[in-house]
Amino acid sequence: MDLMGIINLYESEELLHEITQHRPLAAVPFGGRYRLIDFALSNMVNSGITNVGILFQHKYRSLMDHLRSGKEWDLARKRDGLALLTPAHAAYPQQPLYGGDVSNFHSNLDYIRYSRQKYVVVSGSGMVCNINYKPVLQFHENTGADVTVIYTDQDCTGDYAGAVLINIDANGLVADMEVAAGSTKLSSVSLGMYIMERQLLIDLIEECMARGGYDFVKHCLIKNMERLKIFGCLHKGYVGRIYSLSSYFQRSMDLLSPAVWRELFFGPGLIYTKVKDEPPSKYMNSARVTSSLIAGGCEIEGTVENSILFRGVTVGKGVHIKNSIIMQKSVIDSGALLDQVICDKNVHITKDRQLKGDCSYPLVIKKGMVV
Amino acid sequence: MPKKECVAMLLAGGQGSRLGILTKQLAKPAVPFGGKYRIIDFPLSNCNNSGIDTVGVLTQYKPLALNSYIGIGAAWDLDRKYGGVFVLPPYVREQGGEWYKGTADAIYQNMNFIDTFNPEYVLVLSGDHIYKMDYAPMINFHRQKQADATIAVIGVPWEEANRFGIMNTDADQRITEFAEKPRNPQSNLASMGIYIFNWPILKKYLLADGDNLASSHDFGKDVIPSMLHDSQRLYAYPYSGYWKDVGTIESYWEANMDLLEDHPELDIYDSKWRIYSVNPTRPPHYLGAEAKTTNSIISEGCMILGEVEHSVIFPDVYIGPGAKVKDSIIMPNVRIEANSIVNKAIIDHQAVVGENAVVEGAYTGGIQDIVLIGESVLVPSDSLVSKNRAAARQLAGQSAQKEI
Repeated sequence: MDLMGIINLYESEELLHEITQHRPLAAVPFGGRYRLIDFALSNMVNSGITNVGILFQHKYRSLMDHLRSGKEWDLARKRDGLALLTPAHAAYPQQPLYGGDVSNFHSNLDYIRYSRQKYVVVSGSGMVCNINYKPVLQFHENTGADVTVIYTDQDCTGDYAGAVLINIDANGLVADMEVAAGSTKLSSVSLGMYIMERQLLIDLIEECMARGGYDFVKHCLIKNMERLKIFGCLHKGYVGRIYSLSSYFQRSMDLLSPAVWRELFFGPGLIYTKVKDEPPSKYMNSARVTSSLIAGGCEIEGTVENSILFRGVTVGKGVHIKNSIIMQKSVIDSGALLDQVICDKNVHITKDRQLKGDCSYPLVIKKGMVV
Repeated sequence: MPKKECVAMLLAGGQGSRLGILTKQLAKPAVPFGGKYRIIDFPLSNCNNSGIDTVGVLTQYKPLALNSYIGIGAAWDLDRKYGGVFVLPPYVREQGGEWYKGTADAIYQNMNFIDTFNPEYVLVLSGDHIYKMDYAPMINFHRQKQADATIAVIGVPWEEANRFGIMNTDADQRITEFAEKPRNPQSNLASMGIYIFNWPILKKYLLADGDNLASSHDFGKDVIPSMLHDSQRLYAYPYSGYWKDVGTIESYWEANMDLLEDHPELDIYDSKWRIYSVNPTRPPHYLGAEAKTTNSIISEGCMILGEVEHSVIFPDVYIGPGAKVKDSIIMPNVRIEANSIVNKAIIDHQAVVGENAVVEGAYTGGIQDIVLIGESVLVPSDSLVSKNRAAARQLAGQSAQKEI
């Protein structure tokens, strides 16, 4: 596979509030046992990519702990494998801080230059989908595009904040592209996944830096729309864009549809993550669990409906959890009632507490809190 | 090479013929257990958790599944620069070669492997038992007693003592007599098949045993009695806790069911003593709107739309709407289709139980109670597989009885 991957973690995450207080978007726990980056990483690996660079931005302690050698994604290799790339402000602390991701690419140009693959795919971590890049690369070669942008035709009306929107003309060319701000006439949402020749990426980054640009999408792509042949390639499958608390909550709840669960986790490729060697989950005599996703290592005595339990969650007797997301190793003591709640990792809800959020604004309990 | 204090030798060549079709394609230590594990995960995890980083795994019978499962030992953190896990099958030499003729012979044929590490002690383990045990205190005990060999023992009910190898000991726990399945047991301390030997002494006895044409080359039958006969210092290390030989379908089924108690004696949820295994790459399991799951353990990747009661469900199992599974063990990739009933059964991997089919064991307490459905077997829709003879007879005319 003549394709390398770069996962660009310069992403907007303010709208996730407490969930991203101490972690980047890429490290946000999702789907009961994953972190968001697992999707981007597994998609690359499942497409036959063996050289993946991760462009860090900040708060990356939890992410380093998650990725380690890259072994879980089969990326602990003698040749190529996983490259952890520090951001510009860490690589050149004496330089003034640039606002944007281009300087992160620029400070790691050596890595991109010394990679052997002809093509590169650049993606973020906020798009939850199961995609194979092989046909996209084929499309890219067939159309003779300079850049191929992957997009979805899923209806995202009212869900545009921060998205990159495009319009495709009759020939499949991207006619217009913008970073959504308020009202828009553009209709398709880009998945933020771009395929191009590695040399073109190097050229775009160098030119952009030389002219004072700092934003990859705005200054490398949109500014060069006239000059570059940018094609759009449609991804027909499920896409969940995570950029805010409510989108995080709703896209999580999407997983409770068996069709989405099956598509996202079983095909075309499997989604890999750091293993924790949890035992199977245990249901006691009083357990009543319906329409839920339950990860390994849980011990359940109470009632759970329309919810997602991460690994190692304990649910006591008489507990009623509905429409909620309970992250790793949280403990819900007997008699507690949770509705529209997100418990971050290691949360402890004590006996008989009653917590309720709203579906448009779930109640978030911060990591490690005792309520 | 630097010396290793202790090298473990794990006997994993057993066929386990009493497990019937479960061991048709794989060796007993590779048989799945507890919704996620294989039997060999228990001794291998014990090694890792006890700080033993060099393990030879002696394989012989149908080794493919076992070998590929063990791989380079990464799942148990046994992929090491120096040491780690070594799969040791029988091999040919200039003057031919032989199968492992017994437990002692398996070690005898691999003396060169053990010598590479020049260990003080050799820990001999078997791949047939479900238990959690820290071997480090046993090694300390062995050292304190200045023993030549130490055998782990467990108290068994007196009325069952005649089924085990029984150790008679003095007040200092020194073994005075070893009685294999004694008619009138004088002690209820049964050998757990876990031995620690001083390597130089074991080597001497293995060489002698190798030359003895009359020997059956077995630790319990030959090596231990011969050491006792020579008044070597043999000690019994008492162990208390969960330990189960899963050598028969009944004990295998029981050991799985033991995990379903509210507070099982074998705690697999203890994060300080993880049981490691090769993890399937599977999402959390999904329970449908009508699902009901009680007194059960369920693994990743399953889709449960029906009812599961008091059962062990391995990864990637599908249980259709209206289906009822009770008192059963369902192995990976099995499909239990809509409205079927499975009671007291072990369904091996990739088997399918068709819609409205009934697979039921009996509840007589006899040894023939449990129904076994073999690997990839299709139980047709609307058919009946029953250990309950009256019911089977009733439907016999429909050619529903499937030979399993």
